[in-house]
Amino acid sequence: MAHGETHAIAVEPTWDGGSAPYGIGSKKLGMWLFIAADTLTFSACLIAYSYVRLASAEWPKPFEWGSILNAIVMTACLLSSSLTMVIAVAASARGDRKKAVRFILFTILGGVAFIVLHAQEWIALIEHEHVTPFSNPWGIPLFGATFFALTGLHMTHVTIGVIYLAIIATGVGRGKFTPEDVEVSGLYWHFVDLVWMFIFPMVYLLSNKMI
Amino acid sequence: MSAQDAHVVGSTKLFIWIWLWLVVLTAIEVVLAYQHLSLVLMIVILMGLSLMKSALIMAYFMHLKFERMSLVMTLIPALVVLICLMFISFPDSLRIHELVPR
Repeated sequence: MAHGETHAIAVEPTWDGGSAPYGIGSKKLGMWLFIAADTLTFSACLIAYSYVRLASAEWPKPFEWGSILNAIVMTACLLSSSLTMVIAVAASARGDRKKAVRFILFTILGGVAFIVLHAQEWIALIEHEHVTPFSNPWGIPLFGATFFALTGLHMTHVTIGVIYLAIIATGVGRGKFTPEDVEVSGLYWHFVDLVWMFIFPMVYLLSNKMI
Repeated sequence: MSAQDAHVVGSTKLFIWIWLWLVVLTAIEVVLAYQHLSLVLMIVILMGLSLMKSALIMAYFMHLKFERMSLVMTLIPALVVLICLMFISFPDSLRIHELVPR
C-alpha cells in the first residue's frame, strides 16, 4: 500500500514552471551559470588581494601617471567594446547580419587594443621595474604574485573572448549562428568588462604613486 | 526596430547613455584616487562606485533588467551571499598587525 502511495506522488506533476521557467534558451542559461561561477573565482582573487594588501605593513606603489593613463585608456577600450557589442547583439536580433558582424569586429578591435596595451604594461614592469611573480625591488613578493595572478587571469579571459568573438563573427557572416549565439557571446564579453571595473580601481588606482 | 524589440533589447540611445554613465563613474574614480584619503575609506568608495558600474553593466548591457525576475532571483542573491561569506575572515587583515609578535 505504501508503495502504491509513493507511486501516486511520483506521477503527480509538481513542476509548474513550464518548459522554460527563466524564459531564456539553454545556451544563455548555461553562459549565465558559467558567469556566476567565474564571478566567484574573480571575487576570491580580488578579496585575497585586498586581504594581503591591508595585512601588509608596506605596499609598493609603482604606477606613475603614465601607467595610470595607460590603464584609463585600457578601461575606455573595454567599455567602448562593450558598447559596440551591445549594438552588435541588437543588430543581430533585428536580423541585420552585416551590421552585427561589423560591430563584433569593432568589439574585437577594442579587445585586441586592450591586450596590446596590457602586454606593454607587463613588459615595462618586468623589464624596467624588475617585478616578477616571485620577487620585486621593494621586497614585497606578494605584490607581484597578486598583480600578475589577477591581471593575468583577466587577460586570459579577454584573449579567450577575442577568439570566441572571432568565431562568432565568422559564423554570423556565413549565416551559421543564431542571434542567441551572438547574445551569449555578448554576455561573456560584458562579464569580462565588468571584472575589469573592479581590477582597475583595486590594482591600478590604489597603487598610484601619489597616495 | 519594432516596439517589441526595443522593449526586449533596449535602444542604441539608451546604451550610449549607459556607456556615458560608465565613463563618468570611471572618471570620478580616477579623480578620487588622487585625493588624500585613508586607504580603507578609499577602498570603500571605489568599491561602491565599481558596484554601481557593474550593476549598470548587468542591468542594461547584459539585459538582466529585461529578463524574467526568476532568472535575476536565481543568480544575484546566491552570488551576493557567497561573496559576503568570503569576507568572513577579512577583518583579520586589519588586526593582523597587532597579532603578529614583533
